[in-house]
Amino acid sequence: MKNILVIGATSAIAKQTIRLYAKQGANLHLMARDEEKLQTLAQDASIRGAASVTVQKLEVNDFDEHEKLIDNAFEKLMSVDVVLIAHGSLPDQQACQQHVSTTLREMNTNGLSTISLLTLLANKMENQGKGTIAVITSVAGDRGRQSNYVYGAAKGMLSIFLQGLRNRLFKKGVHVVDIKPGFVDTPMTADFPKGALWAKPETIAASIVKAVEKKTNTLYTPWFWMGIMLIIRNIPEFIFKKMKL
Amino acid sequence: MQISGWGQYPIVDATISQAHSKRKVSELLQTWTTDEESNPPQLIARGLGRSYGDSALAPHVLQTHHLNHFVEFNPMTGDITCSAGISFAEILELFVPRGWFLPVTPGTKFVTVGGAIASDVHGKNHHIDGCFSQHVSSLQIALATGEIVSCSPSEKPELFHATCGGMGLTGVIVQASFRLIAIESAFISEQTFKTANLKETLELFEEHEPSTYSVAWIDCLATGDKLGRSLLMLGEHTSSGELQAHKDRKLNVPVNMPSLLLNPYSIQAFNTLYYHKQTQQHSIRDVHYEPFFYPLDGIQNWNRLYGKKGFTQYQFVLPKSAGLEGMTRILQEIAKSKRGSFLAVLKAFGKGNDNLLSFPTEGYTLALDFKIDDKLFSFLDELDRIVLDYGGRLYLTKDVRMSEATFKQSYPNWEQFQAVRHQYGADQHFHSLQSKRLGL
Repeated sequence: MKNILVIGATSAIAKQTIRLYAKQGANLHLMARDEEKLQTLAQDASIRGAASVTVQKLEVNDFDEHEKLIDNAFEKLMSVDVVLIAHGSLPDQQACQQHVSTTLREMNTNGLSTISLLTLLANKMENQGKGTIAVITSVAGDRGRQSNYVYGAAKGMLSIFLQGLRNRLFKKGVHVVDIKPGFVDTPMTADFPKGALWAKPETIAASIVKAVEKKTNTLYTPWFWMGIMLIIRNIPEFIFKKMKL
Repeated sequence: MQISGWGQYPIVDATISQAHSKRKVSELLQTWTTDEESNPPQLIARGLGRSYGDSALAPHVLQTHHLNHFVEFNPMTGDITCSAGISFAEILELFVPRGWFLPVTPGTKFVTVGGAIASDVHGKNHHIDGCFSQHVSSLQIALATGEIVSCSPSEKPELFHATCGGMGLTGVIVQASFRLIAIESAFISEQTFKTANLKETLELFEEHEPSTYSVAWIDCLATGDKLGRSLLMLGEHTSSGELQAHKDRKLNVPVNMPSLLLNPYSIQAFNTLYYHKQTQQHSIRDVHYEPFFYPLDGIQNWNRLYGKKGFTQYQFVLPKSAGLEGMTRILQEIAKSKRGSFLAVLKAFGKGNDNLLSFPTEGYTLALDFKIDDKLFSFLDELDRIVLDYGGRLYLTKDVRMSEATFKQSYPNWEQFQAVRHQYGADQHFHSLQSKRLGL
């Protein structure tokens, strides 16, 4: 039976991933900001087959609380097989350009809060000498674009942090997966017109569970984003800077 | 965004809002209905979009399929509580392996619990177990004000009986409790009878009334003494076989087919072949619940077979007394028109229930798919007259074109329904294209 810790558990992708682990009969410890949603999620997961479910309110930008809450999570689960970090927000790029405070807040939510949590988690996992850390970043972190470079910068920072962490923890038997979803139809992206490239959270969730099992390093999901990003990363900057992306 | 019902007609432009929690439904309703600057938007809830016509179409649509949590389950009794966007497919996937099945299911599992209640869906066991809503012990509905209230056959019964079968016109169903039935196997023991004509078909329905599940596929293009020849299928849950849930479907119709694909010749050929596929007069076999209940779910987007102009399903019920005579007349009209249907499904209904706009009444129901063309609706108007003559009516979940007069004549409780809507402030806010057309 697997022990799974999920941070940002009420996000659409996490919710679907939790369901898959629940179906496998896992022990779950779920953390998120909205306690009412956490309760709903916990009931749902236990009906779907989770062996046990515990919840913990977590405000990701309240950095001082992180250590206590991570300790608590490891006490609840005893040992942790998989950590999934899934929280995030989609910043209003225009607002970020106008207000430093908005930019910094978004950087905290999408980047630094995760780095704080990962720093604590990495040591715990290193001590334990096993398990997988899976973090949802974004294809937006592969290259800065005018339409959402604040979000992209935060996610890109995470991807580089994860590379280092993977390198460090490899010899300790701990694996690190960087999950880079493309466009996903979630409440976070509710206002976007949806085209053929958009995927359902269920699809992303299934690929995450598989990537954790197979110890994939970087997962582009759905798979075709690997090709799209290969092209985008390789457009020469003197052309890229003139593009409207 | 452009949306349509399962029949792909009509296609309308709608503003779509998503709700992922009950609280969100409440908040959205509160904002819309108290917005005094603009006129209150015409709003309807929509689940998986499986109603055929315009009953889940409106300028403003509240999408509920993300409202999909299980809330409570009692493994001793099978009592389940879930949010309204949970689909029947999800319930089966999770609970069949644990030995539970839906008490009533329509011909597709891709419907939400909320949609099933709003349509007061029936299944192949209607003559014994009634409609789905008759297994619902209570439900929660978000009213126009955003307030969420509970109702049941004993608590606010008028709201309950208006909401079950009420096509979403009383509010947004957000949660429901009902009881699953225990099964020992995912398989159904299926008996098939080949009948020579309509009379024989109806007699067999009578004779096999105690069978849990019964339905007939009817060759709607056969004429003369063969009129109404059918394959009648009966089913019982068996105790042999495993408790395995259905698998994901593999076939898909990726784009709309040219509308010439379905023409009088291809339909006649299909119907003849299908009838003769059964060589014996009587056969018995065990089949999984998937092909027994959901033969078309195996083909994703099968509605595209009818081409981009879309299709409609004409489903009516005639009282038992009018059965043979009325059905004969209608089948003659259809055969004469050469407007065959790939799938014509005949079923004997048991007694109706107390829901104000529920479709089933004791008698016989026939469902036919017709490709939409310029002359179809005037032909269906003629069929309406026959249905009304015999005291029958049409199923709102399939309807896209009946007139207000036809509706009001055949659903005599409509005024009472309107009174309940008015009492709960729903008549100002909840509307579909269908409710407008029917004068609700």
